[in-house]
Amino acid sequence: MSKMRFLTQAAAGLGFTALAGLAMAQTAPGDAQTIAQGKYLATAGDCAACHTAPGGQPMAGGLAIQTPFGKIIAPNITPDKATGIGNMSDAEFIKALKQGIGHSGHLYPAMPYVYYNKVPDDQILAIRAYLNTLKPVDHKVVSDQLPFPYNIRAAMIGWNLLFFPDKGDFKPDASQSAAWNRGAYLVQGLEHCAACHTPKNALGGDETGHEFQGSIVDGMNAPNITASWNGIGSWSVQDIADYLKTGHNQYAVASGPMAEAVKNSTSQLTDADVKAMAVYIKSQAGAGGTAPAPVAANDPAMLAGAKIYNDECAACHTGSGMGKAGIFPALVKSPVVQADKPATLIGIVLHGGHGVGIPTAPTAPAMPSFGWLLSDQQIADVATYVRNSWGNAAPAVSADEVSKARAGKSN
Amino acid sequence: MVKTLPRKDVAIVGLGWTGSILAYELTGAGLDVVAIERGEWRDTATDFPPAWAPDELRYGVRLDLFQRPAQGTVTLRNNMSQTALPVRQFVSFLPGNGVGGAGVHWNGMTYRFLPTDFKLRSHVTQRYGAKAIPDDMTIQDWGVTYEEMEPYYDKFEKLAGISGKAGNLNGQIQPGGNPFEGARSSEYPTRPTTPTYGPSLFAKAAESLGYHPFHVPSGNLSESYTNPLGVTMGQCSYCGFCERFGCGNYSKSSPQTCVLPALMLRKTFEARTKCNVTRINLDNTGKKATGVTYVDAKGEEVYQPADMVLVCNFSFNAVHLLMVSGIGTMYDPTTGKGTVGRNYAYQCDSGVALQLPEGTHLNKFIAGGAIGMVIDDFNGDNFDHTGLGFIGGGNMGATVTGGRPIQQLSMMPGQPSWGAGWKKAAKESYQTVYGLGAQGSSYSYKDCYLDLDPTYKDPYGSPLLRMTFDWKQNELKMSAYITAKLEQIAKAMGAVSTHAAPRKGNYTVTVYQSTHNTGGAVMGDDPSTSVVNKYGQSWDVPNVFVFGAALFPQNHGYNPTGTVGAQAYLGADGIVNQYIKSPGALLHI
Repeated sequence: MSKMRFLTQAAAGLGFTALAGLAMAQTAPGDAQTIAQGKYLATAGDCAACHTAPGGQPMAGGLAIQTPFGKIIAPNITPDKATGIGNMSDAEFIKALKQGIGHSGHLYPAMPYVYYNKVPDDQILAIRAYLNTLKPVDHKVVSDQLPFPYNIRAAMIGWNLLFFPDKGDFKPDASQSAAWNRGAYLVQGLEHCAACHTPKNALGGDETGHEFQGSIVDGMNAPNITASWNGIGSWSVQDIADYLKTGHNQYAVASGPMAEAVKNSTSQLTDADVKAMAVYIKSQAGAGGTAPAPVAANDPAMLAGAKIYNDECAACHTGSGMGKAGIFPALVKSPVVQADKPATLIGIVLHGGHGVGIPTAPTAPAMPSFGWLLSDQQIADVATYVRNSWGNAAPAVSADEVSKARAGKSN
Repeated sequence: MVKTLPRKDVAIVGLGWTGSILAYELTGAGLDVVAIERGEWRDTATDFPPAWAPDELRYGVRLDLFQRPAQGTVTLRNNMSQTALPVRQFVSFLPGNGVGGAGVHWNGMTYRFLPTDFKLRSHVTQRYGAKAIPDDMTIQDWGVTYEEMEPYYDKFEKLAGISGKAGNLNGQIQPGGNPFEGARSSEYPTRPTTPTYGPSLFAKAAESLGYHPFHVPSGNLSESYTNPLGVTMGQCSYCGFCERFGCGNYSKSSPQTCVLPALMLRKTFEARTKCNVTRINLDNTGKKATGVTYVDAKGEEVYQPADMVLVCNFSFNAVHLLMVSGIGTMYDPTTGKGTVGRNYAYQCDSGVALQLPEGTHLNKFIAGGAIGMVIDDFNGDNFDHTGLGFIGGGNMGATVTGGRPIQQLSMMPGQPSWGAGWKKAAKESYQTVYGLGAQGSSYSYKDCYLDLDPTYKDPYGSPLLRMTFDWKQNELKMSAYITAKLEQIAKAMGAVSTHAAPRKGNYTVTVYQSTHNTGGAVMGDDPSTSVVNKYGQSWDVPNVFVFGAALFPQNHGYNPTGTVGAQAYLGADGIVNQYIKSPGALLHI
């Protein structure tokens, strides 16, 4: 009764391995190889993250994306002619992905065309070829739910002039290794890491010169992933690769939006591509600078925080703050713990968090909520304590910051 | 109107240790599996967070993780001439409920049975003669040897990350381990836990008397560990909230910490909770199961067709399900014919309380359910029974499972039980009064069995399971003998006074003793004295398999989980490597 299923799974497994070679291959549109490549690229681009609603049909749209300017709903990108992209020409598809210009005019940059701009046309069309193989779903999505004045799509023309360099296909840097260039292409292009990890200006554009130095998305830190003091300088290339491939490394466990990114995208890339991304990320020097002076150990907040830490946190994260690889994240040198604005730290203590589980690293450890147990002041104290112990250094957290986070307001 | 669902390859009843292990192995072999669980879904961070899981009133006293009598209970009588009455409050034993089952609330002691335990009747007969076995004692060989079980014990210990020290590695006796254990093919996956003060005193005293103390093989992990499924566990913090509690920091082996994270990612697995299986459906031949019927959370009756049914719920609930489904022949104690319900057994526990000198600091709040030191010198047939008038024995030793204020304030007998006197005694005793425990074997008898009660019914209209059980002279003599040995160790620990409490009198359900209820669907190699073969496969309905302690032909001087887990892997091996290729009886007699 099981043989058929067994064979099917085995075949799927082989197909996956074969993709490693396909990812770089030259292709002709519509053939099986192109479709497989397109599927891999769509995974790298994590299209499903936004275009598939929870519990909905694949790529049929409908997920509401919260932006600082309002709600945007990702459209249906199945080949349905009426409600999907079935009537779009290849040229229009390329224009949408790389220029942010769609059927109804300018797209909002929630669609990461600013980054997809670097992806060569043949690879964009491979993605199209893959999307064409999906079941057309009749599902009308009203994408634009922004309030005035952000609902004026033409305003994006100005935005693009300011924040969209439109430099076209990724240009390799001959002075760097092939792995670095492949990594740069993935990180800057399809994986659109900067969309979250690069700080944004008031209008949502990337802050030039601050690439990958951390930002706040959906009330959580997208941490600084450069080598600067509050980044991930202590991580090796292998640590970064492990994290992208499994959601864990010896220091950290991915949760929140990054857990989704690992599950839906980076864990499914080939080992070589993940390693390449790690090589490129590791090369990001960041802003440099030095850590501030830590809050003094005899500060009342530190003394109170130490007691709370020992009672509530140390059983898992250990007395040394090092945690345990693969299950309890290290707090020492953590970019989340030392972030300038510790949104994730406060949020996780308040509400808990759930790590990612994938078949090769299934643990998916979770942090319970302490919001019901600890007062705003207690959470502030323990946050201040972990931000300023074991060599960590970061500004103290106030009860007011915790109070705002508890009320769902940003700090 | 019964709702009928699409067919599944496998329906599993109960999602505890055996259900989750079988589900993992069978989905791995490509089968489409649904596990149907009576209780709720539970996971570590949501249901046992360290910040509130140590709530003794909720979990220890009000028994939040356990079966409610209103969901189903048993009736009990001591002998066949009595009328059984329903157990309206579980006290003597506490069956688990919900995802993870007993694997959530257990202490974590993970032993292997002795090689002689698996061939008990033939071994005793050979060493002491057939007359050493009382006429009404129905002990038997398991139909599987220790050597056959060894690779599966090894597999379960590696799944659960058990902390311990080998005593017999491939036939070589190892210092610090249990020299009486069967040969192990490998060391425990994690190093032994560090004994707390009480157990270390016990170990020293036992050693001074020439005994062989060793670390309790522990499912409270000494260190972080990643098991072969890729699931990582944390290090035990010695918080002292194991028994009756779920573990909040991923350090107690359980389906939640060892299996479910990997199992839930399997696309061909589905867990259906709050669904109570009421019977296994058979076709008109009565020789083939067609699926199971359950009542869901809304009270609707649902039929789930399946090619195989695995009965993985708590031991006596499994026996009950076989009985109400008409699988196998009910045991008749007057004729000795029939097998379902036969050889129900338990655990013959006893203890010694001891008062240590003033100034002793036991610090019992530093504790773990399976962190302690024990000896096997008086277990099984590790000692000469010639002239003793009994067979069997027990493992005994010292653990500290916790220092909880409501249920774990131990005082010497005779202390005031209320008021200012009690408060004073409680304060004085906390650091100085200690208890040692013996976990005695409970052998099976002709008139200790399970059947269906003629009067009382469960909420679904099925008769309640009736338990007929009492202590026999063999067990009481055994308990007296080994408890006296334990008291000698207590004295050697420097006790100011001791109080030995061997098992005495009739069995009663009013005092907690053990949740090691065994038998009723026993395994063996003879269909006239067993319900299932060594793979857990029903002799009568070969597409029904039963797992858990219901398979034990009698109970031995250890906690059952290690053997339950090992047998589940043996059964999985039989299903995956034989049954799937050629469905039908795996063994022919």
